[in-house]
Amino acid sequence: MTHQKWVFALMVAFFAAAPLVVYPVFLMKVMCFALFACAFNLLIGFGGLLSFGHAMFFGSASYLAAHAAKVWGLTPELAILFGTGGAAALGIATGLLAIRRQGIYFAMITLALAQMMFFFYLQAPFTGGEDGIQAVPRGRLFGLIDLSNVWAMYATVLVVFLGGFLLIYRAVYSPFGQVLKAIRENEARAISLGYDTTRYKLMAYVLSATLAGLAGATKSLVFQLASLTDVHWSMSGEVVLMTLVGGLGTVFGPVIGAAVIVTMANYLAQLGAWVTVVQGVIFVICVLTFRRGIVGEIANLIKKPL
Amino acid sequence: MPEIFGIPTSALFGQLLIGLINGSFYALLSLGLAVIFGLLNIINFTHGAQYMMGAFCAYLLVNKLGLGYWWSLAIAPLAVGITGVVIERTMLKQLYKLDHLYGLLLTFGLALIIEGLFRNEYGSSGQPYPMPQELTGGRNLGFMFLPTYRAWVIVASAAVCLGTWFVIEKTRLGAYLRAATENPQLVQAFGINVPRMITLTYGFGVALAAFAGVMAAPIYQVSPQMGSSLIIVVFAVVVIGGMGSIMGSILTGFGLGVIEGLTKVFYPEASNTVIFIIMAIVLMFKPAGLFGREK
Repeated sequence: MTHQKWVFALMVAFFAAAPLVVYPVFLMKVMCFALFACAFNLLIGFGGLLSFGHAMFFGSASYLAAHAAKVWGLTPELAILFGTGGAAALGIATGLLAIRRQGIYFAMITLALAQMMFFFYLQAPFTGGEDGIQAVPRGRLFGLIDLSNVWAMYATVLVVFLGGFLLIYRAVYSPFGQVLKAIRENEARAISLGYDTTRYKLMAYVLSATLAGLAGATKSLVFQLASLTDVHWSMSGEVVLMTLVGGLGTVFGPVIGAAVIVTMANYLAQLGAWVTVVQGVIFVICVLTFRRGIVGEIANLIKKPL
Repeated sequence: MPEIFGIPTSALFGQLLIGLINGSFYALLSLGLAVIFGLLNIINFTHGAQYMMGAFCAYLLVNKLGLGYWWSLAIAPLAVGITGVVIERTMLKQLYKLDHLYGLLLTFGLALIIEGLFRNEYGSSGQPYPMPQELTGGRNLGFMFLPTYRAWVIVASAAVCLGTWFVIEKTRLGAYLRAATENPQLVQAFGINVPRMITLTYGFGVALAAFAGVMAAPIYQVSPQMGSSLIIVVFAVVVIGGMGSIMGSILTGFGLGVIEGLTKVFYPEASNTVIFIIMAIVLMFKPAGLFGREK
């Protein structure tokens, strides 16, 4: 356990010092996607449920927060709260349906539900269709701190990211997380031990959806934009890829994976469709030869969970 | 002009026809998915990309080699089917002992690669594909105009679907296939080459997707993205039908196509989402799907 605290301290130190040398907006993007991937990993890595529709939570929260900040003029913390709450509600609604099936059916159902949300946002008048919601004001945090200052924004994103990360860490190592792992390993046995597995799975699903929403809402304020990209199926695929690259079921893997994929997308941006090809190739390589992911391999090497 | 529920009949039947056409593609694709899933326990995410490859194969055959529609209908499923066999032999084969989810992830990655490569080569805009000369025109049925090609698509897909059903349910080969779906070890012990059967099944499922792609080429434009959004709808169709039964996949495919078509007439705003909404309702009352078996 203690070595994980050191790694966590190292991660905090990195994100605190990095903006001195790296473009802060880029780091904020990494943190938003890292939180998104951590939330996704909570479900697949610890609950064994592969969601192929997590973009619906990320994107919905992004739209709702952007709408709340721009049209209703809410302060940023309330806008983020509103977006996250929306994602949680969507998590309850879709979770009740999706957890009725397992394995690949679960993946197909979440993908289909996310596609339904995509069409909803495509047609709904408040989302601005293809244009999305642009020029979202960052506003003043608690009515006091002006977030158009990049350092104030950076500190806010850092706090949100670390808070979300610690919550997931806490959940994973709590009795709740242990039951979740038991369900992943052998659901019939968990039922025979008297656990209401449906309820546990739903709780994990909603928690994952909520935190994915927190990431999406924060992202919409950072980039001052909510668009269809955030709810598109390729976004769901990207978060799967990040988690896979970093290491499914590891605590720090999704953060590393998000950093790798966001960096890659940044450098390959001018290559257009080649980004998709490279992502596909990474998927194939990871599945065929590198199933533990970066952090999973390191953890295996030092024989300690990371 | 005659009307039903305040809708002109020609519009109603027109949308019904479009629904049946879409239903043909849903049926062909979900049938392929079900056949592959039965034996490989893998959901083939590449299916949409392979449908697109079938359409592009037809496009390239006519533009590079001057081979027309009928040639494409034979060559494209064969060529794309062979790429499927290669994928199964080189990659999918390694995953059978692992969690089924890895198969989904691998085929998703392959779909990204294929779609990205085609987008690099041909851009995002659609390419037109000429309608075969024998099937141009149409006839007036009195209550609506029926284009010959569309009638052909419905008849041909229904024939291919029923043919597949017949082979799987009524022949000796199909009996082997069904037996291997239930218990591959036992069937192998009887001296049947199950790994080869798996390979050929995947190839066949992929060929069905490519066949659907060729059929779609003259109706929709040939574009790299034509498969990715379709495959998500087909996933919903598969969840609604349940993958336990071949006939179930076919009926669900055609049925949902018709329902989608009718939605376009009566409530067009919901036409994109109606299949997903039906999926949600079916999940509430019959989680295993209409024709599925609870495991």
